[in-house]
Amino acid sequence: MNDAARDRILARLRSAPREEVPSPEVPASAAPVSDRGTQVARLKSLMEAMRTEVHVLPRTEWVPRLQEVLRARAIKTLLYAPGTEVGAALRAVWDADASGLPELVAYTEPVEAFKEQLFAVDAAVTSAAGAVADTGAIILRPDIHEPRSMSLVPPIHIAVLKAESIFPSLAEAMQEGSWSADMPTNMLLVSGPSKTADIELILAFGVHGPKELVVLILE
Amino acid sequence: MTPESAKPSNVYFFGTCLIDAFYPDAGLAAIRLIEREGVRVIFPAGQSCCGQPAYNSGFPDEARAVARRQIQVFRQDIPVVVPSGSCAAMMKHHYPGLFAGTDDLDQARALASRVFEWSEFMIRVLKVRYEDRGDPIRVTWHSSCHALREMKVIEYSKQLLRQLARVELAELTNERECCGFGGTFSIKHPAISGALVNDKVDDIQRTGAARVIAGDCGCLMNIAGAGQQRAMPFAAQHLAEFIWERIHGG
Amino acid sequence: MAAEAFEKNVDRALADTQLRKNFAFAMGNFILKRRAVFSDAEETERLRDLGNAIKQRALSRLPELLEQLDAVCTRNGIRVHWAETTAIANRIVLEIIEAHAASRVVKGKSMVSEEMHLNAFLGTHGIEAIETDLGEFIIQLNGETPSHIIVPAIHKNKAQIAKIFHEKVAGAPYTEEVAELNAIARNTLRRKFYEAGIGLSGVNFAVAETGTLCLVENEGNGRMCTTVPPVHIAVMGLEKVVERLADLPPLLRLLTGSATGQLVTTYVNLITSPRREGEKDGPQEVHLVILDNGRSRIYQDPQLRQTLQCVRCGTCLNHCPVYTRIGGHAYGFVYPGPIGKILTPQVEGLDKAGELAFASSLCGACEEVCPVKIPIPALLRRLRDECYSSATESAVPGSGCKQNLAERLAWKGWAFLNTHPRLNRMVTTLLGRVGDYLPSSGPLERWMRYRSEPAFASRSLHGRIKEEGIADE
Repeated sequence: MNDAARDRILARLRSAPREEVPSPEVPASAAPVSDRGTQVARLKSLMEAMRTEVHVLPRTEWVPRLQEVLRARAIKTLLYAPGTEVGAALRAVWDADASGLPELVAYTEPVEAFKEQLFAVDAAVTSAAGAVADTGAIILRPDIHEPRSMSLVPPIHIAVLKAESIFPSLAEAMQEGSWSADMPTNMLLVSGPSKTADIELILAFGVHGPKELVVLILE
Repeated sequence: MTPESAKPSNVYFFGTCLIDAFYPDAGLAAIRLIEREGVRVIFPAGQSCCGQPAYNSGFPDEARAVARRQIQVFRQDIPVVVPSGSCAAMMKHHYPGLFAGTDDLDQARALASRVFEWSEFMIRVLKVRYEDRGDPIRVTWHSSCHALREMKVIEYSKQLLRQLARVELAELTNERECCGFGGTFSIKHPAISGALVNDKVDDIQRTGAARVIAGDCGCLMNIAGAGQQRAMPFAAQHLAEFIWERIHGG
Repeated sequence: MAAEAFEKNVDRALADTQLRKNFAFAMGNFILKRRAVFSDAEETERLRDLGNAIKQRALSRLPELLEQLDAVCTRNGIRVHWAETTAIANRIVLEIIEAHAASRVVKGKSMVSEEMHLNAFLGTHGIEAIETDLGEFIIQLNGETPSHIIVPAIHKNKAQIAKIFHEKVAGAPYTEEVAELNAIARNTLRRKFYEAGIGLSGVNFAVAETGTLCLVENEGNGRMCTTVPPVHIAVMGLEKVVERLADLPPLLRLLTGSATGQLVTTYVNLITSPRREGEKDGPQEVHLVILDNGRSRIYQDPQLRQTLQCVRCGTCLNHCPVYTRIGGHAYGFVYPGPIGKILTPQVEGLDKAGELAFASSLCGACEEVCPVKIPIPALLRRLRDECYSSATESAVPGSGCKQNLAERLAWKGWAFLNTHPRLNRMVTTLLGRVGDYLPSSGPLERWMRYRSEPAFASRSLHGRIKEEGIADE
């Protein structure tokens, strides 16, 4: 696009006196080495400090726990992605007639045909691709099954995270996951419900992103 | 260059232009305190200003001319002790850059390597120990910007103060905040400078201290002037002069 | 701006006690927050050194990295546009919007878009730019510009904001409860996100290796703007490109810690392409506008090039004793604070904005905390030198604009005195005698606006050395 402008700008930059500057060594991890238990604890503690509701539980119990979380908030509609492991597991056992459980709403169409519903559901549940323990954030890797708007639009977002996918640091997550080899359309770190301190630096939660974030860490 | 642990037999003293014109007693106190430790102090008559005023105001050529004179005057390979964080920083950290690409660079670097701020010299090299003979007094300490951030000598100054047993050191709420002097800044932007110095004066008053002590006479002039205009009950004094007083029962 | 205009702004700001209170409170808070999140001094130094190294490396390869960024983004489906001036950048954005027959844009916070005066430009073309960041939303309601790089409405307190919402947001009650003010903003803007055909954002870092745009935020409005509308336009200064994805973790840690005292923002958003085949959401078109606006000229000078290391964290503002007292608007330009003082004169010219380079006591508080170690006081000094320089060629537009005979003579006189010791001693002795009687005018008058008269010693230190028995050689 507008090649002439680009060429002029690049030419100006190239004509400047420059010296070779070595590529700095970026440490793989600033985080101290620690075991899984410590990492889970750190992740939980940091995310809770940012008002995330964190549950650590055996992997076999996650659906019942999710249902408890939903019942406690009287959620009526739950958005989910049928093409994911999480989605398939939910659909297999969901009995929407059971009292207090929300109706499952599948995200199967492009957002253009789905927008009204997207903006109307009470909550959404997604998988998490991993997490970063040293700063306290989950990693989301939206794809064709699990659109990114699931973790953004509904006022409550529930994320299901396998404990073994927690990394000590973002640097390690990038390295182990070879992110640079193949970046998806969108990747995200999420560390809590949306917030702002724009008014007198007073922290207030629930702005434009979800008002609540619930993370289920499966051991 | 004498290693840190060895006490030199001779040192230069760079008085600074502000001490020369406004606070000669502080200069003398600093000199006497060095001599008291058995070190001979040389005060070359040819010295004047470190050049900082022009350097900060957009006149590097004039700054260089004056700085060159100091480099010539302080030519022996002995320490240069400076009773001001900003002047010490000018010589130690800025002279090499100021003379980059000139024939004076080597000499500038050599001088820079021999510069000590006064309190740094007293603690690190002379390892002084003082006995406080004065009456109990509450003072507060203002950290001059260049002493703090460039020379990094505040801890030495505070160590000196802490040696004085009957001196209560009350801390300012904003000890590290600029007092607003900034050399020609106080003239070019009087309103902002005024706001800064008045906040500093308020901070000092809140401590109830009888005196504010600092290691830089620019700051002292600034704070004292503002304090006097508002009829504040505290006085401003250079660290060296204060110590001289205290060890003599003043 | 002329010196007088700046002085007027300063006087007005200093007289505004509410403003001073708001800023003193907020900046004090920011200072504490930063200290808490960077509590290990050694580790912090290492991190800052690394941030500096990453940025210097990126700048050393700026044209190559920009070329790579363009190529990779284009390959991924992002349309890249290059704008030499803000006028051209505005045109580009307008054309994209008009091509989609849209009349509204929802905007995430972007200082580059402020630099472009984009909202006003779009307004003249009948397009409504809706600010969605809470701070920007507040000041937009009130017809103001941001007063801080990170928290645009920090000059306002709760009561002032409550009044703005009540008067300007249809149906909003008067409330000073932050949760309620928040809810008003959320509800008002949710509809706009839903309806918007175009979303606009800035870019915190653009990774050349993968063609990834990295955006950080806490509110979620940025994600809303870059996810829901079918078209996303990202605007960035050309200095925002970094070499590798692996450069992001330390830069994010530095930016986030310095800007808000957090370990990580609520969202770190990595965008590499528009919606791909089979995906159900995300913009179908993503545009990246790369803005020059003087940056390639700043780049020519190796020392001044360091200005371009800035990651726009705002921490220099937070630690600046001048900014804390006069606030952001007094500077009169888009970027306030220490970064504004070095950037603006280089972009606008020393003749228009050179005054800003002198509005600093060179205390160095900014340099001490800059996450990428920009030597701000040294750059301020350089700009001051340029203002008085008589060189025919200069890296900075407006060079030499402050040259005047009076100051030149004054400094020459000062240099003469200080290189002629005997004369110097005579003058000092004379001042010792008559100093008290100097007429109060010029510099002395300005000194004495806030201070009592300085007292020349009756005898200088030079004068007393001999009689005190101190050796002079």
